[in-house]
Amino acid sequence: MARNGKANGKGNAKLAAVWVGKKLKRKEDPRLIQGTSHYTDDLKLPRMLFCAFTRSPMAHAEIRAIRTDAARALPGVVGVFTAHDLTGLGMVPCAIQMPGLNLPPHPVLATERVRYVGEPVAAVVAENLYTARDAAEAIEVDYEPLPVVVNMEKALEKDSPVIHQQFRTNRAFTHALKNGDIQSAFKKADRVVKQRVINQRLAPVAMEPRAVLGEYLPGENRLTVWSATQIPHLLRTQISVMVGLPETAVRVIAPEVGGGFGSKLNVYAEEGLVPWLAMKLGRPIKWAETRRENITSTIHGRDTINDLELALKKDGRILGLRVRILADMGAYHQLLTPLIPQLTALMQAGCYKIPAIDIEIQGVFTNKMSTDAYRGAGRPEATYNIERIMDVAAHELGMDPVELRIKNFPQAKEFPFTTVTGLVYDSAKYQESIKRALRLSGYDSLRRRQKSGWKNGKYYGVGVSTYVEICAIGPSAATPAGGWESGTVRIEPTGKVTVLTGASPHGQGQETTFAQLIADELGIHPEDVNVVHGDTLAVPYGIGTFGSRATAVGGTAAYLATQKLKTKMARLAAHLLGAKPADISFGRGRLSGKGSKKSISFGELVMAAYTARNIPAGFEPGLEATHFFEPSNFTFPFGAHIASVEVDGETGEVKIDKYVAVDDCGNVINPMLVDGQIHGGIAQGMGQAMWEELIYNEEGQIVNGTMMDYALPKAHLLPEFTLDRTVTPTPVNPMGVKGVGEAGTIASTPCVVNAVCDALSVLGVKHIDMPLKPERVWRAMQQAQASAQLEPQPNDTPSSSRAKRGISVSEKAARSKA
Amino acid sequence: MKKELIELKVNGRMRELAVAPSKVLLEVLREDLQLTGSKRGCDDSSCGACTVLVDGTPMLSCTLLAASCQEQEITTVEGISEHGSLAAIQKAYGDRGGAQCGYCTPGFIITVKHLLSVNPNPSDEEIREALSGNLCRCTGYSQMYEAIKAAIEAEQRGLAAL
Ligand code: FES
Ligand code: FES
Repeated sequence: MARNGKANGKGNAKLAAVWVGKKLKRKEDPRLIQGTSHYTDDLKLPRMLFCAFTRSPMAHAEIRAIRTDAARALPGVVGVFTAHDLTGLGMVPCAIQMPGLNLPPHPVLATERVRYVGEPVAAVVAENLYTARDAAEAIEVDYEPLPVVVNMEKALEKDSPVIHQQFRTNRAFTHALKNGDIQSAFKKADRVVKQRVINQRLAPVAMEPRAVLGEYLPGENRLTVWSATQIPHLLRTQISVMVGLPETAVRVIAPEVGGGFGSKLNVYAEEGLVPWLAMKLGRPIKWAETRRENITSTIHGRDTINDLELALKKDGRILGLRVRILADMGAYHQLLTPLIPQLTALMQAGCYKIPAIDIEIQGVFTNKMSTDAYRGAGRPEATYNIERIMDVAAHELGMDPVELRIKNFPQAKEFPFTTVTGLVYDSAKYQESIKRALRLSGYDSLRRRQKSGWKNGKYYGVGVSTYVEICAIGPSAATPAGGWESGTVRIEPTGKVTVLTGASPHGQGQETTFAQLIADELGIHPEDVNVVHGDTLAVPYGIGTFGSRATAVGGTAAYLATQKLKTKMARLAAHLLGAKPADISFGRGRLSGKGSKKSISFGELVMAAYTARNIPAGFEPGLEATHFFEPSNFTFPFGAHIASVEVDGETGEVKIDKYVAVDDCGNVINPMLVDGQIHGGIAQGMGQAMWEELIYNEEGQIVNGTMMDYALPKAHLLPEFTLDRTVTPTPVNPMGVKGVGEAGTIASTPCVVNAVCDALSVLGVKHIDMPLKPERVWRAMQQAQASAQLEPQPNDTPSSSRAKRGISVSEKAARSKA
Repeated sequence: MKKELIELKVNGRMRELAVAPSKVLLEVLREDLQLTGSKRGCDDSSCGACTVLVDGTPMLSCTLLAASCQEQEITTVEGISEHGSLAAIQKAYGDRGGAQCGYCTPGFIITVKHLLSVNPNPSDEEIREALSGNLCRCTGYSQMYEAIKAAIEAEQRGLAAL
């Protein structure tokens, strides 16, 4: 932040930062560490009923009959509902509009057909949860099985079963992004490097499963919905449409929310149905997802097949990139499903100068749960693609992967930098991040260890990923439902400050960071700033927390609202002190006029604004301001990560022994929270690289649909992370902050896979698909060795020549280029 | 189903409850006693969010029948503070950013509280091992380690109750 004490535009001297930049303890923590906070499932209302769902056990079938008599007969059952009972309830919404998009109707409960395992077919409401669940099980559904398709390539074949017959195809859309002369790029290339990489399906698995509680008060005509959501306002709008109430009659509250990672950036069937049932039955109703439901029926992430072709000169200069992507939509579009792969296209160039690009994406329907935004949402896929193909290229060219990257970076002076995909990267120093990462990781000695290891039958690998991501989402022109954010700052008569933000958090710590920000602006203590979020009745319309936007967009809105207030306060202070508004400066708890001895305390001034007995002519009493901030661009955080691994030659087991992350998210408000975001992100990205994969079998059944079977990163599996950062403020917002929620996830996945493939390059292993479970790694080693025996390689293949001469260390190169 | 009368000592208070024999301790704590600090994160004893102390031993309350805890002493996150002030591990969590969304936090706090009571000076490996039954999706566990180490130091300096 420009906190240099210089006067700002209004002439009010800026305060030096006291709170911004500090590792302030989180204001959220006291309630969390004592277990006194309330998540949706912790809430209990008088006369509350419980809801449970009957879900399809079949991936694709006609519903012939649904028998509910046995369920209805159970004592304690209040109501049983199937699709036919839902007159007046709308569909599950998708916010994406694009030419040629096949958008199938998405009923809240399945009508004639079910299309994925876990699709809700009936809902039961009962006096207690156990009865509701028993009744849901007692419902009998006759299914006539239909052929199932779970594999995208098969789904596009002519004779594939079609999931939505009206489209006569399983193609949901095609999307192309082309720029530059791709033909001549490939013609001029000395080398064309090709690789298919698969970005496997993941389950977000926020620790708090989804939960919805609805209460309708007919006298007040007020529907209140508590939901574990990242987007309370957008959800309110959609619920009002779904249940047919005016939006003013609907209040959505996101109480404490236990993690989201995109999975709660959505509008789900249950979020429409539970409130609608509460209206119908006249009693509050709660539904809380079981973990099994969470894995079958909450959105999934990733699931793309990517064919990559990179054209290069032999010195490593990139000429062009061709990418063909198949993106699995699942059976229906959830809120943003078709958008996610388009984000991949936008970010496909990574942090490289690529003269020509040619991307084609096909969205494909399959008999699976919908994919949608999962931490990173399209950018991890883009980064994985480009960072993997860069490594494959480096190995084929016999170049050090660091050197190849640096060769293709834009220089710091080229920013703002327009990419081949049409984005304008705001600010960056890519050379600086890699330089630091090399130093911190001891890159040279890692390479030396690798070389001597190879001689002794040990497989050490070093993986690098240099990434850029798109954050602070985003300008409204580029987002489906508005990319701005609201912020209201109200100084109460006692001088305590309420900040209302539309960026409703779910673990990010806005109550603390926004308080730090506003406290510095007003010259007060963060303890005196109370940040309110997640209640649509209290907070002006906002968009929500996702896409690393909360601070950069929501924080900026609150910051700019504070500037409006300060202008107003300066006017009042000038009036009271007999000075000019432009000469008023804000000190710690005091405002004073230039050169004058006279000053007024913050508290006195605030009180004067409320008593309003001595105010300038035309001065509006009170101290409250709202700003809706519309960013002019995205922001583009970046960084360089390095992983060092050892692969067990006998078992294929991978051990990550070192992990270095150098990230740049612009200015930092609370370093402890930024580090926490990076740690968590790295763990999640590593989870994808190493362990996580949601598997559907040919019948469309999830093979590992419990927490026990779905391998999440555990404490003892993760290495220690060494973090460092560079600070390149963005010009896109006045605070210079970029966003950090997804950086770790985006960078770490390719970094780890690059390290493992690097370790095994000496055997001729080119690529291994994720997750890098021992068996898979072992197989890749066996295959590589077998084919090496079949066709003996000449001594000077790139990988063996690299192994022999060791890797030329490029820290020097990095330094000279930076 | 016929309910059974049971007595539990929860966070130092004797509670007499009528519960269905099939009801798990987690639900009794959350529903009957309104102690919602203990969380349900999975349905198959694999996440640790529901961890409580039963007679001093950490147990997964999601798979423990309440009726089997007759007259036992249950400690939940709500009862973990000492003499009205935060336990060392709670304080350290706040100081080091051990919690993000907080959903896994009660389970971890109980696990660590127990670890430090049986092993006041655990090695890094012992800490990692102790935590391996609890899942966190937010933090990557790094700042939790820092918190645990800080708590150990604080305990050793006798500052636990600050
Ligand atoms: S809820 Fe008990 S282990 Fe997950
Ligand atoms: S802090 Fe969110 S799951 Fe651990």
